[in-house]
Amino acid sequence: MKRNVLIVNQKDNVIIALEDIKKGSEILSPGIESFPVLSDIPYGHKIALTDIRKGSDVLKYGEPIGQVKSDIKKGTWIHIHNMGSYKNNLA
Amino acid sequence: MEAFKGYGRADGRVGIRNHVAVVSTVSCANGVVDKICAEIPETVKIIHANGCGRGGEDLRIHSRTLQNLCKNPNFASILVVGLGCEIIPVDSLNKAAASVRKPAERLTIQAEGGSEQAIKKGIEIANKLVEEAKKIEPGIFPFSQLAIGLKCGGSDAFSGLSANSAIGFSSDWIVDQGGSALLTEVEELNGTGHILRKRAVNEDIAKRIETVILRTKKEAEEILGDIAKIMITPGNMKGGMTTIVEKSLGSAVKGGTRPISDVIEYADTPKKNGLMIMDGPGYDPEAMAGLAAAGCQLILFSTGRGTPLGFPGVPVVKISSNNRLYDHFKGDIDINTGTILDGTRTIEEVGTDLVDLIKNTADGMQTKAELNKQDGILCMYNRYRSF
Repeated sequence: MKRNVLIVNQKDNVIIALEDIKKGSEILSPGIESFPVLSDIPYGHKIALTDIRKGSDVLKYGEPIGQVKSDIKKGTWIHIHNMGSYKNNLA
Repeated sequence: MEAFKGYGRADGRVGIRNHVAVVSTVSCANGVVDKICAEIPETVKIIHANGCGRGGEDLRIHSRTLQNLCKNPNFASILVVGLGCEIIPVDSLNKAAASVRKPAERLTIQAEGGSEQAIKKGIEIANKLVEEAKKIEPGIFPFSQLAIGLKCGGSDAFSGLSANSAIGFSSDWIVDQGGSALLTEVEELNGTGHILRKRAVNEDIAKRIETVILRTKKEAEEILGDIAKIMITPGNMKGGMTTIVEKSLGSAVKGGTRPISDVIEYADTPKKNGLMIMDGPGYDPEAMAGLAAAGCQLILFSTGRGTPLGFPGVPVVKISSNNRLYDHFKGDIDINTGTILDGTRTIEEVGTDLVDLIKNTADGMQTKAELNKQDGILCMYNRYRSF
C-alpha cells in the first residue's frame, strides 16, 4: 500500500504529508485508520493525528517541538499560524 | 549474539579494516607521505595542514586527534613521518601507538637527509609493515566491539524524516548490541538540550549536554553575529518546519532513542559504551576526524544534496535522503532512504536494510567512498589561530 503520510515516531500526534494533499482527501498509511484532512496540506507539512488541546505539545520524532495556540481538530494542518516555540527552549 | 569478521588488536579493540597508516606529523612532511603511499597502494595516507604553528588549546586538540587516530583499531600498524623540528614530535605518536601495543615505526626527513632519502626509507618500512599486517588472521567478534560515528552533511529539509531516522534505527540497534554510537555536530543540536538531557543516564551528563549545546550556540553568535540567529529560515518553514527544536531534532534523530551514556571531548577516547555525544563541529571532514580519533571503526553519513567525501582508513556509509539524489549521485551513495518519503517503505524496513549494510561493511564489504578513493585529507578542529 502506498502511503501519502509518514508517522516518524509512534508517540507522535502529528503525521507528515508525503505529497500535496487536497482538503477532504483521505490520509493513507498502514496502521492508521484513514481520515480526511480539513484543509489543503503542502508536501512535508504536518497534520494533526488526534485532537490537540490549546497549549498542549505537538509531538514529532517522539518529542515536543512546540505547542498549539488553540484547540486543534484531528486532520488540521499544523504550522506556524497555529503553533509556537516550546516555552522552555533554553538549550 | 550477532557477530562480524574483524581484526583483534593487542588492546582488546577490534578493527573492521586491517590497514597500515602512514601518518604525517606536520604539513611539511605531507609530500614525503604522499610519495610513500603512492608506491604502496595498501597503505592509508594521513596528511593534514597542522602539526606546528599552533599553541594552547589548538595544540592540545591536534595532538589528541593525531595520537588517538593512530590508536584507531582499523589500523594494524603505523608509520609516523615527521620533518624533525615540528611542535608535535613523531615520538608523541609512536608513544600513543605503543600505549595500545600497536606496532609503529618512525622517521624524520631532517634526520634522513632530505625528501628523497626519507621516501626511500619510508617505502622500505611501509612495505615491511604491510607484509606483517597481511599475516594477521581475522576473527569473529560481537558487535559490542563496534563504535559507529553518526554524521549528516549536505542535508535537505527531509533528511531528518528519511535518512536520519534510518540512522537512528541503526543507532538503537548498535546500542542494543552493547556497542557504541557517537552523535556530534553540536551546533545542529541547538534547541534540543532540554529534550536530550532527559535521556542522560545521570544529572551530571544531563548538565554537560546542556552546557555543550549552550556554549556552541553562544560561540556561533559571537563569531557569526546576526547570521547565527537565523537558525530557522523562511525556506525551512516553507518546507514544513516550524521551530528550531523541530529542525534540530531532524539532526538529533540520528542518535535514535536510547539513553545518553556520556559527553566526550572532540577526538577523545570514550570510557563507556552506548550512545554518546562528542563535542565537535558540523563541518564534515573535521567531524569525521574527531569520530575516527574517538575510535569509531565506521561512520554513517546521510546526505540530501550529495557529497563523495570519505575518511582515510574508516569506511563511511553514504545514505541518500531522497530518490532524486540517489538517481543523480548513485556512484557515491551506498543506500537510499528516499523510499520512506515516496511512501513505499517504512523507517523500520529501511533501517533494517541499513543495519544489514553495516554488518556487511564490518565484514569487509567496501563502501562507495572506499571504492572511489575519496579519503580526502585529515582536517582537524581549530578554535583559534596559528602563529
